[in-house]
Amino acid sequence: MKVAVSTSGTTLESPVDARFGRAVGFLVVDLDSNETEYVENTQNLRAAQGAGIQAAQNVANTGAKAVLTGHCGPKAFRVLGEADVAVYVGVEGTVAEALARYQAGDWEASTGADVEGHWA
Amino acid sequence: MKQTIAVASGKGGAGKTTVAVSLALALTDRGEEVCLLDCDVEEPNCHVQLNATPVSQEIANVLVPLVDKKRCDGCGACSRACRFNALAVLKDDVLVFSQLCHGCGACYYACPRGAIREVDRELGVVRELDADGLRLIDGKLNVGEAMAAPLITQVRKRAPDTGTTVLDGPPGTSCSMVASVEGADYAVLVAEATPFGLHDLGMAAEATRHLGVSLSVILNRTLGDDTEAKAFLDEHNLNLLGCIPDDRQVAECAARGGVPYRDVPSFAEGIRQVLDRLLEVTRS
Repeated sequence: MKVAVSTSGTTLESPVDARFGRAVGFLVVDLDSNETEYVENTQNLRAAQGAGIQAAQNVANTGAKAVLTGHCGPKAFRVLGEADVAVYVGVEGTVAEALARYQAGDWEASTGADVEGHWA
Repeated sequence: MKQTIAVASGKGGAGKTTVAVSLALALTDRGEEVCLLDCDVEEPNCHVQLNATPVSQEIANVLVPLVDKKRCDGCGACSRACRFNALAVLKDDVLVFSQLCHGCGACYYACPRGAIREVDRELGVVRELDADGLRLIDGKLNVGEAMAAPLITQVRKRAPDTGTTVLDGPPGTSCSMVASVEGADYAVLVAEATPFGLHDLGMAAEATRHLGVSLSVILNRTLGDDTEAKAFLDEHNLNLLGCIPDDRQVAECAARGGVPYRDVPSFAEGIRQVLDRLLEVTRS
């Protein structure tokens, strides 16, 4: 199973990026094979609107089934939900730490967005 | 020949509406064919100042995509074409966030399978009004609606092909202001001679120049010494059409629901002088 973590770096030791839609990028980790894939998100970092929607689309299309991030807005949450990707918010520390706690079952998946959208 | 003069300011409350309404009335008094467009669609006020009577009203829509999921093969071309990030293409589904859609139609043209058709989404209304013979067209954006620019475009499309169109624009320097000023023949920036007013004037002037529209400035509600404001205009190479002095009578008139251009002779004279200079620079 693949898990995507929002991060400001590119490795397992990089910090988790608190933003989802405007994260610098995502590290997608296959928990079975330990293979990692870096997905850039700089195009959405600069977007005037809809960053969360596009980030969610790109993450879902990597095949990830869970997202670990700081915060997730309503539109991104809807896209991820539609794609059956579980969302975990409030995640901090490094990517490796976040994955370890996720695998230990420390968190529960969110049932909704934890922050408001930027547009009505 | 048609001429469009856009009134903008950057800062809110600088006097755009009062100046736009007054310029339209002063042009009418000169016997010209005039149409006033209220493009401040989030809070259109020209009709309030003019006590205008609505003549007709039409629902204004924006065209948003509707995806035929039977035809869609999930290629993602629509999402890549959308510069407003309004479409998410997933393995088995396409999600349309129509509130983000500007109605540009790029997704419709990009879809190789003809799976997208465009349907109406209501933004607000466009109205025709009459103010004692002055034609006023305004747009009213629905409450909670974020897409002002497409509605402004629809208001501007109603402008007549002849005469002079005076356009009252929204504050700020973002999409709404750009949609109002872009393509105008000339822009008049109304500024308060205060630090806030001049700062925002600088931004509005920069945006207007970026749009390739020539501009001049009216300093509004000046209080005697405007050395600092004039130095700012010189420094930024901005042409001054004139100063309108601060006048309690104007505020009282507006508060009563009156039209300052009609009721306060000194103000009307100031507007006529500004208009003379404006016509000199735009028609010479």
